[in-house]
Amino acid sequence: MLKFTCPYCGIEASETELAAGGEAHLKRYGPGSSEQDFEGYLFLRKNPKGVHLERWRHVMGCGKWFLAARHTATLEVFGTYSAQTHEPPAEIIENIRAKFPEWQA
Amino acid sequence: MSTRLSTGGRLIDRAKPVSFQFNGRKMQGFQGDNLAAALLANGQVVMGRSFKYHRPRGVVASGAEEPNALVGLGEGGRFEPNQRATTTELFDGLTAISQNHWPSLDFDVGAVNSSLSRFLPAGFYYKTFIHPRAAWKHLFEPFIRKSAGLGKPSNPGDPDTYEHAYVHVDLLIVGGGIAGLQAALTAAKTDAKVLLLEQEAHWGGRAPVDGAEIDGVAAEEWIKNALQTLEAAPNVTLRKRCMGSGVYDHGYALAYERCTDHMPGAAGPRHRLWRIRAGQIITATGALERPLSFSGNDRPGVMLASALRDYIVNYGVSPGDRVVVVTNNDDAYRTALAVKDSGLTVACIIDARASADGPLPQACRDAGIRVETGKAIAGVGMKGKALKFVDICAQAGEGSVLETVGCDAVAMSGGWSPVVHLWSHCGGKLLWSEDNFHFYPDVTRFPTDHKGAQYVRTAGIASGAMLTHEVLGNASESAVAALEQLGHSAEAWRPSATGSEEGAMAPVWVMPQGASKAKKSKMWLDFQNDVKVSDVELAAQEGYQSVEHTKRYTTLGMATDQGKLSNINGLAVLSGALNQPIPQTGTTTFRPPYTPISMGVIAGPGTGKTFQPLRKTPMHGWHEANGADWEPVGQWRRPYCYTKSGESREAAVSREIRNTRDSLGLLDASTLGKILVTGPDAGKFLDMLYTNMMSTLKPGKCRYGLMCNENGFLMDDGVVARLDENSFLVHTTSGGADHMHAHMEDWLQCEWWDWKVYTANLTEQYAQIAVVGPNARKLLEKLGGMDVSKEAMAFMEHADGELAELPVRVYRISFSGELSYEIAVPANRGLELWEKIVEAGAEWNITPYGTEALHVMRAEKGFIMIGDETDGTVIPQDLNLSWAISKKKEDFLGKRAQARSHMASAERWKLVGLETIDGSVLPDGAYALAEGTNENGQRNTQGRVTSTYHSPTLGRGIAMGLVLHGPDRMGEVLKFNKVDGSAVEAKIVDPVFYDKDGEKQNV
Amino acid sequence: MSDPRSAVGGAVYEGYVTVKDSGAHGMITLRGDHAELAEAVKAAVGSGMPTQRRIEGGLGGGAAWASPDELLLFCDYADAAGALEKARKSLEGNHFLVADVSDARAVFALEGSGIRDLLAKLCPADLSPEALPHGEFRRSHLGQVAAAFWLESEETATVICFRSVAPYVYDLLSEAVKGGPIGIF
Repeated sequence: MLKFTCPYCGIEASETELAAGGEAHLKRYGPGSSEQDFEGYLFLRKNPKGVHLERWRHVMGCGKWFLAARHTATLEVFGTYSAQTHEPPAEIIENIRAKFPEWQA
Repeated sequence: MSTRLSTGGRLIDRAKPVSFQFNGRKMQGFQGDNLAAALLANGQVVMGRSFKYHRPRGVVASGAEEPNALVGLGEGGRFEPNQRATTTELFDGLTAISQNHWPSLDFDVGAVNSSLSRFLPAGFYYKTFIHPRAAWKHLFEPFIRKSAGLGKPSNPGDPDTYEHAYVHVDLLIVGGGIAGLQAALTAAKTDAKVLLLEQEAHWGGRAPVDGAEIDGVAAEEWIKNALQTLEAAPNVTLRKRCMGSGVYDHGYALAYERCTDHMPGAAGPRHRLWRIRAGQIITATGALERPLSFSGNDRPGVMLASALRDYIVNYGVSPGDRVVVVTNNDDAYRTALAVKDSGLTVACIIDARASADGPLPQACRDAGIRVETGKAIAGVGMKGKALKFVDICAQAGEGSVLETVGCDAVAMSGGWSPVVHLWSHCGGKLLWSEDNFHFYPDVTRFPTDHKGAQYVRTAGIASGAMLTHEVLGNASESAVAALEQLGHSAEAWRPSATGSEEGAMAPVWVMPQGASKAKKSKMWLDFQNDVKVSDVELAAQEGYQSVEHTKRYTTLGMATDQGKLSNINGLAVLSGALNQPIPQTGTTTFRPPYTPISMGVIAGPGTGKTFQPLRKTPMHGWHEANGADWEPVGQWRRPYCYTKSGESREAAVSREIRNTRDSLGLLDASTLGKILVTGPDAGKFLDMLYTNMMSTLKPGKCRYGLMCNENGFLMDDGVVARLDENSFLVHTTSGGADHMHAHMEDWLQCEWWDWKVYTANLTEQYAQIAVVGPNARKLLEKLGGMDVSKEAMAFMEHADGELAELPVRVYRISFSGELSYEIAVPANRGLELWEKIVEAGAEWNITPYGTEALHVMRAEKGFIMIGDETDGTVIPQDLNLSWAISKKKEDFLGKRAQARSHMASAERWKLVGLETIDGSVLPDGAYALAEGTNENGQRNTQGRVTSTYHSPTLGRGIAMGLVLHGPDRMGEVLKFNKVDGSAVEAKIVDPVFYDKDGEKQNV
Repeated sequence: MSDPRSAVGGAVYEGYVTVKDSGAHGMITLRGDHAELAEAVKAAVGSGMPTQRRIEGGLGGGAAWASPDELLLFCDYADAAGALEKARKSLEGNHFLVADVSDARAVFALEGSGIRDLLAKLCPADLSPEALPHGEFRRSHLGQVAAAFWLESEETATVICFRSVAPYVYDLLSEAVKGGPIGIF
């Protein structure tokens, strides 16, 4: 039973109050994009045994989507952050690199 | 023969006798007894039969690890199988029955299995029941069904209630023995919030039985003082009868409280599931004693040395007058002393070790007890069902009998294993001790929480600390470490404690060490599942090397006790057979729950009327009172139709449709999704969401639209009403409202976060009532309050106003092809408006109709339904809805996907109407047959039915379907398969079956 | 106009906590930039702006923090339309959303000293006084449905859920009351 702190309302929410939304920071490819770009956007997802940037919605709460950096095997959470960004904040990258110096987003 | 002693029993109250029944026989016990103790006190040594061979079995343990003494408890709806007699507190009126026997506990036909046991070895099921195939149905299956299954379920519904409790604490301590108490005492000095759980009805664990002294007082006294301190501590919560059942991710833990099992009928829930979120967890779960593997070790009267000691000390029960103790360690000598102290006889202590010279063996010798070292039990002798003697042999040999010793009980001890289950549930690793020959927690490889920090620690014997002062010191230190992690400073201390030092144990797993195969086939490892030393050795011989595979092949450790007694012995035997060290073999995985928990407590409040939330519209009660035949639509309940007395569903649907088309119908459309979308960018946003253009819609107008996902497939459809320059009200399908609102918020929050758009899900704010039929306008005019004339409100227009003195928004839209108004009214006024409409509509024979009439009428008009014509693989183009796909828009969700070659293919099946030649109703989901077969030998197909109904309007079957090149094949007759293998012919027609020119709705 | 009909028709269940259908209340969803909303809140319901997760005032007139861009305003049921207009007027020219949600929800009053204990049977939130002080507006779930609640005092609390599941929530609360206290607060 995971828990995440929602960066919008500050609640440490239990998994039953949240909905998972898969990989974060996808770049949308629309009309005119190449087959390859569109396939990547629509279907190809990272599935690391390691740190994963992912989407969660505080659905039984403030209703906001937020992003989290979570290790998929140890379940360590390196931080949660706003969904209105294209990359994790420097502080979270630092937290991750403190344990995994080689890590790339 | 077991019996009650005249004195002793620290847990029982001899002043309070208690009556109970076992297999219909009336018996007496005392308050404080557990059922196993009370049965022993009544001379009932045999308490059940084993699973596979139906061998008679007596109680072997005294606690949660008991594999044998499983009983069916209670009666009727409260009957519960597989309850451990050792953890069942006795109460007045308790009724229990034994299990796994027919016709009786004393004489069991199935025990024939036992004499056939050499034909039922490990993997028997896998090997035997494969061939011949026919034998399965007539021979094997009936046999297995008759002999398998542990206990029987109760039939009537469970009358008890169960609940959950969500609890947040800083420190959870599982286990209320002296280690758990010491950890709690350490934490009580801080202001950390502490929860201390104990699975039994009393605190202190084994220490009082083992006779330790702590801080200069008897353990019992120390425990009493500790409890007083803890009860007075405002930051500590104590719970008995509450078993820590599992540790999960991020500090989550479950505990199982048995609130009223010991006082049935008492108010309140029977069990409670504690859903705990803890900052830190300490497991002070103690240790379990292991049996020894000798021939006949499963005979009634053979039990764990600690259990035998418990029955004497805790309950004043003698398991036998003359006890033989057999051991590989010093602890069992405590049992010999307890037997002696209670006035019973110790016939002999048989110690497999070459020597035993520690203080405990010395004390026994001083007490005049005979001690035989280097010896083993070669066999157990019975007379009827009573244990009569053991044969003694040399441990080093093959089992030649040196001497026969008369006895009626055997106390065995193979050493102790720390209970590492909760430590292991979330990834704590183990080490093998070469001193104590058990697995214990590796403190360097601990479970980690959301911060990557250690959150589970062990305390006391669960850590592998075996002596009383070590137990207490370790517990205090674990508590301090946990508290420091929580940001509290605390100090550890080691109370002084005395208790005899123990000499080294010996890793004796099988006795005698050179036992023959015949002997090994009578040495039980798993008592409940009848797995013997010979089975595990056979598995190894057959190539099983992984302990996980061996477990499943032999069923070792797969019984309800989950191998609490058998696992270490089993893997020691496997290691021996594989000739490798025990740590290399490893353990099987520890999974929650620690002991079985009731199904009722898992469901908690999710039963009966709160099984699931049923969503009800404001008119739900009216529907119910007027013959509604319910249909689930998501979590909503909607009337499928309203049946009158004696009327069939089909007749009701026909009546509802005819009355609506001829005069006036009424539909509760409240479940329809209603989402307000507002802001300067609302039009732009809806243009992205819908395939057609919404930004050009004028205020006061409605437009039907389609929403696709990014994969191009249809998700939802509905009517959008523009309220003003900035605001739209989006109608979604009933099942789709929450999902579509979430979909909108997802795009707004995560992709187009700079667009100025807000949404609000107003689905439940309004009751929505569709008034449908040629007399609809007359009805609204009769209600009065606003102009609903053709001129004032044209088709696909809406207006705010008043009807029957209620505030409403009226939409002139139609899903039936009739003149139709949908009236939205605040939900709290919904029933009132509905009732007024019903009253006013009487003169036109107004007929409420349900979802089936709705479906048939829309199908008669060729309107698609999300979920019928669509299934997640259908695009709007398949449904000839290209008119609703904007060519002007550069982008909308799904546009790129629909440009893929497969989506643009002319070979996609397309929507057509279907009319059977014989007028019958096509089977739902039937396929249009094509010539030939595919590469798998299956019949080729060229289309399928998506909706099919009997149309009362047309008096025949009508259907819609997706057909290859369908729209180009009008008039062609296709064959559709039926379940019986025959086919039915249907003609491809225009999907609009009724009022093709739309004259009825444009009046 | 007759009285509005709430979803469970004034039901009451008495036990260690009393569960009461609180009837119809005026509720308005107001979305916008919180920095721009104070005046509208004052004008509409006469209350101050709540800070994160707090409620200012109460059912008769108040504002609850629902999310970083959303408030839930409270007033008497009959005043909702007027309050909505006042908010709309005050915010004219801004980007905002205002909607009457009075009928979309059901409101229950809890009375008794075991409120935290009762809610702990149904809600995963930390309900301790430190985590849920009086006036903290907590959105979470009760059983299987979304709900919001706050404690006015140790003896009184208000629970809000969607109207369609009001019978479910009422049953859930009253069954939980029937079970008696857990005894953890």
